[in-house]
Amino acid sequence: METIGLLMDGFNTALSLENFLYALIGCFVGTLIGALPGLGPANGVAIMIPLAFTLGLPPETALIMLTSVYSGAMYGGRISSILLNIPGDEPAMMTCLDGYPMARQGKAAEALALSALASFIGSLVATIGLIFLAPILARFALSFGAAEYFALFVLAFATLGGVTGKNPVKSVLAAGIGLAIATMGIDLSTGTQRYTFNVLELFEGVDFIVAIVGLFAISELLLFIEANKGAAPRGEIKMNPLRLNFASIRQILPTSLRGGVLGFIAGVLPGAGASLGSFVSYTLEKRIVGSKGFFGEGDPRGIAAPEAGNNGAAAGALVPMLTLGIPGSATTAVLLAMLVSFNITPGPLMFTQNADIVWGVIAALLLGNILLLLLNIPLVGIFVRLLSIPPRYLLPIVTMVAFVGVYAISRSVFDLCFMIAFGVVGYIFRKAEIPLVPIILGMLLGPEMEKNLRHVMQIHDGNWAMLWGSSLSIGLWCIAVAGLIIPVIIGPIMRARIGKQ
Amino acid sequence: MKIKTKLAVATASLIIGLTSTLGIAAEPLITGKVDCIAPAGPGGGWDFTCRSIGRLLNNFSNGEITVQTLNMPGAGGGVGFAHMITKRRNDSKVLAAASTATTARLAQNQFPGMNSGMVRWVGAIGTDPGIIAVNRESEIDSLATLIKKLKEDPSSVTFAGASAIGGWDHLKILMTAHSAGVSDLKRIKYLSYNNGGTAVTQVVGGHIDVLVGVASSSKGFIESGDLRPLAVLGHSHLSPPLDNIPTSFELGLDVEASNWRGFYMPKEVSEEEYQWWVSNLKAASQTDEWKRTMVQNGLEPFSLFGEEFDQFVNKQVESLANISKEIGIIK
Repeated sequence: METIGLLMDGFNTALSLENFLYALIGCFVGTLIGALPGLGPANGVAIMIPLAFTLGLPPETALIMLTSVYSGAMYGGRISSILLNIPGDEPAMMTCLDGYPMARQGKAAEALALSALASFIGSLVATIGLIFLAPILARFALSFGAAEYFALFVLAFATLGGVTGKNPVKSVLAAGIGLAIATMGIDLSTGTQRYTFNVLELFEGVDFIVAIVGLFAISELLLFIEANKGAAPRGEIKMNPLRLNFASIRQILPTSLRGGVLGFIAGVLPGAGASLGSFVSYTLEKRIVGSKGFFGEGDPRGIAAPEAGNNGAAAGALVPMLTLGIPGSATTAVLLAMLVSFNITPGPLMFTQNADIVWGVIAALLLGNILLLLLNIPLVGIFVRLLSIPPRYLLPIVTMVAFVGVYAISRSVFDLCFMIAFGVVGYIFRKAEIPLVPIILGMLLGPEMEKNLRHVMQIHDGNWAMLWGSSLSIGLWCIAVAGLIIPVIIGPIMRARIGKQ
Repeated sequence: MKIKTKLAVATASLIIGLTSTLGIAAEPLITGKVDCIAPAGPGGGWDFTCRSIGRLLNNFSNGEITVQTLNMPGAGGGVGFAHMITKRRNDSKVLAAASTATTARLAQNQFPGMNSGMVRWVGAIGTDPGIIAVNRESEIDSLATLIKKLKEDPSSVTFAGASAIGGWDHLKILMTAHSAGVSDLKRIKYLSYNNGGTAVTQVVGGHIDVLVGVASSSKGFIESGDLRPLAVLGHSHLSPPLDNIPTSFELGLDVEASNWRGFYMPKEVSEEEYQWWVSNLKAASQTDEWKRTMVQNGLEPFSLFGEEFDQFVNKQVESLANISKEIGIIK
């Protein structure tokens, strides 16, 4: 097996003492950056690049460190989701849904440990996929044209009902709001300004990091202020020590495997990415487990699925980057820029011409994940201790970090004001029990969905039939329709059955 | 002080004969932390420009100057431009990355209330030539065939590019068609993708007919045979091994569309400070390190500095404004 031989060479590089040390530093810094609300993997890697140059690191070492930062940030995002109900970055959004309820039930340590394990499994599955399937998958991704992408995004929205589905009307309303926000900015297909009010900062639309931090973090603070006005703070979250038994690990194992595969596929498609990966894994898992689970109320599988999904997608996003030289996300764009500065020409020949570097990255990915798992389990105790800080001290600190994080991305006071506005809106929506996740989803997927629909229309002179013009798009439409209809049919049957029991 | 002297000697020896009146040798005018504003997120062309010039200046000054890249996304560079003319008006320790995308937006008044005369243009250090390419199985076998098809029916061919409608990639194909005498330019189907990479995959995957892009992002696919290049939009050939692609001028079309990478700085800095940047950027761009970086990134040499560059930019804005009016993008 030539592949194994090449991978072993990669490991040889990755396991030297110096490289190992930088991988460790990368993992640690990455986890920290990922955990901070606002800062995600792209920022983490961008922050570390100058350091790599300042230290004069050789190419392999620099790449190993940056890959570790990338994986670390994907792991770190879950920490604030679980402990504070504030996603550290956008793919960690889905982890809030079950992670935070678990923490409130005193199972924060368990949630953190299990999600670290799920992240590891998801990443491992995807890395194996990357090793053996990368060249084939890269060609598959090329078969996605505008119509196929549009069908894919419709599929994502079709499964939306499964997310926070107490009241489907409110979910649809929230998604609609997200889509509406997504239309703001200069319209790429015509050059027209939409809802920009001639404000320069709105020309490129609304940054979803600003929206996420506002909707989740600021609204959390407002809720807290309201709940404790003048009075003594509410009862602290109780913390049970970490208890991990084999049964709970076995429970999340199939979930993590499925999440890893789905995330990987989402990551391979440029533009879809980690958020879609974690979202689809969560909704699918909820469907599979069905009424036997208690998703949304602290089901361990509800944290395993999105975490495996987004870590799988992180590795999957390396497929188009390494095989085609095309970055599917902001983070891989930064990594690619780094590769280029080491004399690597991006393009379809990268895998053959620069095999040593490519395999070095893959080996670093595996190594980084093992390190992260080893690093994260003992750190659980420290993270959980965060919760022993009374909320009246903790929340202001978190808010401060959120302000710094958002300011660091764009250095714009306008964004800070915008974030507060989103916070107020988030507070009102939470009061009205309108779910926040579909808003972000609409904002994330809306622009791509709109762009692809309009491209289909442009190419085929407004012929709507071309939306299902290829077998691939027909397949995607079928899955989307099934995703919409099946719960409607099966739901009552299931409920009837439960009623009989 | 040792390092300082060393730097002074190095700078002096590099710029001797160019600017003899400045007397930089005595004490370097600008030291310490310098900001380079990349008016977009991490990973794009401006980000690259800032990060590579940062590394160059740092090595070149033996660590006397450390360049910090500030990503300032928004309004296609407009937020960074506005920041420069309002908050940094007389700051001599700041540069901002720019390219043809900046001049195209300035030409079309997409930065409201701002124009190219509000900053000082320091210099360009390289360029990414425009390129037109098709899928390897495409029936369009030459630029002539493409033009012929467009003349028969402007909407019979689809184009993919990275910029928005009216942006640089769109202008490239409109300029080409215009100079070939194609009428009814508004009917040309140009599809905008957010980044060059996606545009390339759509053409390689056979979903779109023609790619209008830059050499750097299509190079790998041309070498692997997935893309067939039709023309380089300019006077000179690309570097080997892609030096066999014909230029637009060889094919009889008067189109020059290459995306330069350069910098501007605030308007109200002293002449001395401006000249310091001009000569140092120039010297840094002549190092072997930068030449290597250019080759790796598919950039071609292009150097224009100081007043000459300032004039070039203002002229480009003017001519892009004229073209945009002529082809109906602005009124």
